[in-house]
Amino acid sequence: MRNTRNGWMRGARAVAVVACVTVVAACGGGSIEEQTQANEDQAAEAGGECGDLNMAVNPWVGYEASAYVVGTVAQEELGCTVNYKDLKEDVSWQGFGTGEVDVVIEDWGHPDLEKKFVESKGGDGSATDFGENGNVGIIGWYVPGWLAEEHPDILDYKNLNKYAKDFATSESGGQGQFLGSDPSYVQFDEAIIDNLGLDFKVVFSGGEAATITAFEQAQKNKEWLIGYFWEPQYIHAEIPLEQVKLPPYTDGCQDVPAKVACAYPDTPLKKFVSTDWSESDSTAVGLVKNFKWTNDDQNLVAAYITSDGMSPEDAAAKWVKDNPDKVQAWLG
Amino acid sequence: MTTVVAPPRAEAKEPPPPPAEPRHLPRWAWALIVIGVWIVVWAFTKGQDTLTLGAREHTQLQNDLTEFRNAVLASRDTNPFIQFTYQLGEWFKEAVEWCQRMISIPDFPRPVPQIGWLGVTAVAVWIGLAVAGWRIALLVAASFVSFGLFGYWSDSMDLLIVTFVSVSVAVLIGMPLAVLLGTTSRLGNSIINTILDIFQTMPTFVYLLPIVLFFGIGASAAVVCTLIYALPPLIRIAGHGIRSVPSTTIEATDSAGQTSWQRLRKVQLPMARKTIVVGLNQTIMAALSMATIAAYVDGPGLGQPVLQSLFKNDVGGAFVPGMLIVVMAVMLDRTTTAASEASEKAARGRINMRQRRIVLAVAAVPVLVALWMSRFYTWAAAFPENNLGPSVADAVNSFTEWFVDAFGGATEWFKNVITEALINPMQSLLAESPWYVTATAIMALALVLGGLRALMPTVICLIGIYIFGLWHDAMITLTMTMVGTVLVMVMALVFGVWMARRKSVDLLLRPLLDAGQTIPPFVYLIPMLALFGPTRFTAIVAGVIYAAPVAIKLVADGVAGVSSSTVEASRSTGATTWQEITKVQLPMSKGSIVLAANQGLLFMLSMAVIGGMVGAGALGYDVVLGFSRSEEWGKGAAAGITIVLIGIMLDRIARAAANQDPITHNPTRRPWWRSSMG
Repeated sequence: MRNTRNGWMRGARAVAVVACVTVVAACGGGSIEEQTQANEDQAAEAGGECGDLNMAVNPWVGYEASAYVVGTVAQEELGCTVNYKDLKEDVSWQGFGTGEVDVVIEDWGHPDLEKKFVESKGGDGSATDFGENGNVGIIGWYVPGWLAEEHPDILDYKNLNKYAKDFATSESGGQGQFLGSDPSYVQFDEAIIDNLGLDFKVVFSGGEAATITAFEQAQKNKEWLIGYFWEPQYIHAEIPLEQVKLPPYTDGCQDVPAKVACAYPDTPLKKFVSTDWSESDSTAVGLVKNFKWTNDDQNLVAAYITSDGMSPEDAAAKWVKDNPDKVQAWLG
Repeated sequence: MTTVVAPPRAEAKEPPPPPAEPRHLPRWAWALIVIGVWIVVWAFTKGQDTLTLGAREHTQLQNDLTEFRNAVLASRDTNPFIQFTYQLGEWFKEAVEWCQRMISIPDFPRPVPQIGWLGVTAVAVWIGLAVAGWRIALLVAASFVSFGLFGYWSDSMDLLIVTFVSVSVAVLIGMPLAVLLGTTSRLGNSIINTILDIFQTMPTFVYLLPIVLFFGIGASAAVVCTLIYALPPLIRIAGHGIRSVPSTTIEATDSAGQTSWQRLRKVQLPMARKTIVVGLNQTIMAALSMATIAAYVDGPGLGQPVLQSLFKNDVGGAFVPGMLIVVMAVMLDRTTTAASEASEKAARGRINMRQRRIVLAVAAVPVLVALWMSRFYTWAAAFPENNLGPSVADAVNSFTEWFVDAFGGATEWFKNVITEALINPMQSLLAESPWYVTATAIMALALVLGGLRALMPTVICLIGIYIFGLWHDAMITLTMTMVGTVLVMVMALVFGVWMARRKSVDLLLRPLLDAGQTIPPFVYLIPMLALFGPTRFTAIVAGVIYAAPVAIKLVADGVAGVSSSTVEASRSTGATTWQEITKVQLPMSKGSIVLAANQGLLFMLSMAVIGGMVGAGALGYDVVLGFSRSEEWGKGAAAGITIVLIGIMLDRIARAAANQDPITHNPTRRPWWRSSMG
């Protein structure tokens, strides 16, 4: 009994000491109330013309760069509350109708989704086409830089069969391996290979991360690799990739999926927004409508995020600060 | 043709039966005969009727599924059921957001949440102290501080909130169902169990899009998909606990004239309390493992930084939040376990309640001080920034780079050996035989290994796989699952025996095994890809990392459970260590080994979808494709259902083969089935 009592006394004393120390330490801080006041004032000033901006962030760095640049401008210049939502494409489009997503800032072409949600394509009208965002998607067949250097003739599809054996892997069953990519991308590689009579087999990497890793390793270890790749993509800033020439794209040459035997067309990337939001009086509507920049702009911000390890917010803020005229043009 | 096929019944490959049992061929010998015949038939028929479906081709049924989903989507503004579920989703969202404003995100106009990190940590530590004692309180303190120290305070709190909300709802829905499961007839029992099996094996990607449709994006979708996955363990295990209350106890209390409600409340639930806590524990673990999946639909939590790092190929950036998920899992696991032990002790009156109350009351004082400070002082509200997280991430990145450079060559060789020697021949046999040959062979194997009990479900599942139109892909996935399981069992036997025989090894490996089981696979996919490229083998390795810990633990526990007097006895007869292991310890822990193989198979299968993301193709790829492109949803759903059918088939065969081993039937020994992924 005595012992426990002593224990208690000691415990109580220790608690008292801790409490005193923390109270003393606490006197150093104390700006939360000031900031709360400041936030309230700022909110009153902004007048809430913009309100919330729900920005879908699809999972690739280039998209992230565009989304955060627009979001940063909306927040800094227009006082919007920007909510970034990490979503895949399909889910983003579903969100237009429910008010959960206002803006998809970079769309690579989803005919099936347009058919469901864009009124002029027969959809329910929850999505609206807001025009091109200035980026141009280039899709093609790429090899790592070292390969193009040592075998320059590999950059023409006609010479690919000569090297087919070198491209063979444990997955390709004796033929050359052609690395396909993420399931969500537009692709006709099997048809192109068949119709050009190439001795290759398409093996799907299953995702962007897998494809990027494969190209990085191939360049680093001088391994043979050919696969589906695209621009704008931040990895082009880190390792050299060369495009293989296919028969040129002509109008209609990709209309019948099984008969495709030509290169991919350049895809102007587009903005899609929620119809309800676009008809609202949010001041951010004009910003998104006017937003336009180049592949180089996007690659620069993407490189800030990946190579320099900046957070998307910081990367966007840096670019916005460095490019006031471009930003002013969007605010029009 | 048939004459050519018939003779090989007397295949030379058939091993001589052991002389000890001359009259009955053992089951494995019969199985080898079946495989021998299969190989001969395959040699003459390979490549015919393999039911291969092109990458973008669909069957009618798959198109119908897509159409069905489109119709539901088109009706979303008028469909009363969707209106109802959407309202439900709104409530979940409000609950989560309210909690977030309390502890994780700034509650405008405040620049910080209502309660800062110091207050939250203090309260959590106090709860730890109250439910489980000071050791757990220390663990909780260390865990919470690490969330802040590594720079993921707010994401960690979000994950805790989502877990808390989902588990609360799971208890609300799950306990009545558990009571139903625990008190219903045997038939009702097996029906509920099959439904739970389906819930647990269906890859989440299949129902993620419909969940968004019904419940909305973000926290609501995160709560619902976590709920679906986390509910079954609770129902299964708690139901088992209620059912296991001895009938003599029930009869004795019944004779006192109680109503069935009284019986449930006063007898069955209290006596099953310990098992119910185990169920709760498994539910929490399952909920945490959904963290990264939920991030695909903007579910708040630590899954988001993991996923964001993945698409930047930033291994270190994914590793840090991934490890914090492990920390949270370990913390919650140990806390719930210790809490149940403490309450057991308290119920037996081994704890001085008065003393405990005083301790808690005294400890509440600094907690209140901390709470108060965390509301008013910046340093106590927002965790002070530091560089620990990024520097650990950098270290992990450079280590990964070094590792890949140093071992790239050796791993390539290993990959090729396994691919050539195991994967390719097996895949050729399973997937390149005509479908009816493969089906017959699988049915024969089921019959040989598990008898009629196994044959019935096998036939049903095979018919299902055929109907959903992805037979060829299903066989490739089955192959990878089997090869992975072989590797898992090799590891389980080696490490399991080692752990059981050396306490120090056990202590060293357990935390690693816990981590392997709870860390999101996305964290280690990129190093795997760098080492092995996008291949089937990469998918298998990823699966092995996830499946091996369970199997190793089961084997270790089984071998350690062999009574020491038996081992002593064998030692006294002069048995060598090798003989001791192979003749005594392994045969006597056969039940655990079979269970380990069963779990290994199912865990491997659950990684099929991850496999689809790293170049393995087959069913996993179909599921990912269905999630990524709306016009392919039907095919993805068909692939998901096929995975479920394969899972149920393998499980039923393995269980029948284990002769209804009591361990395989005890769901408390049956960890949740599937991975964080899928």
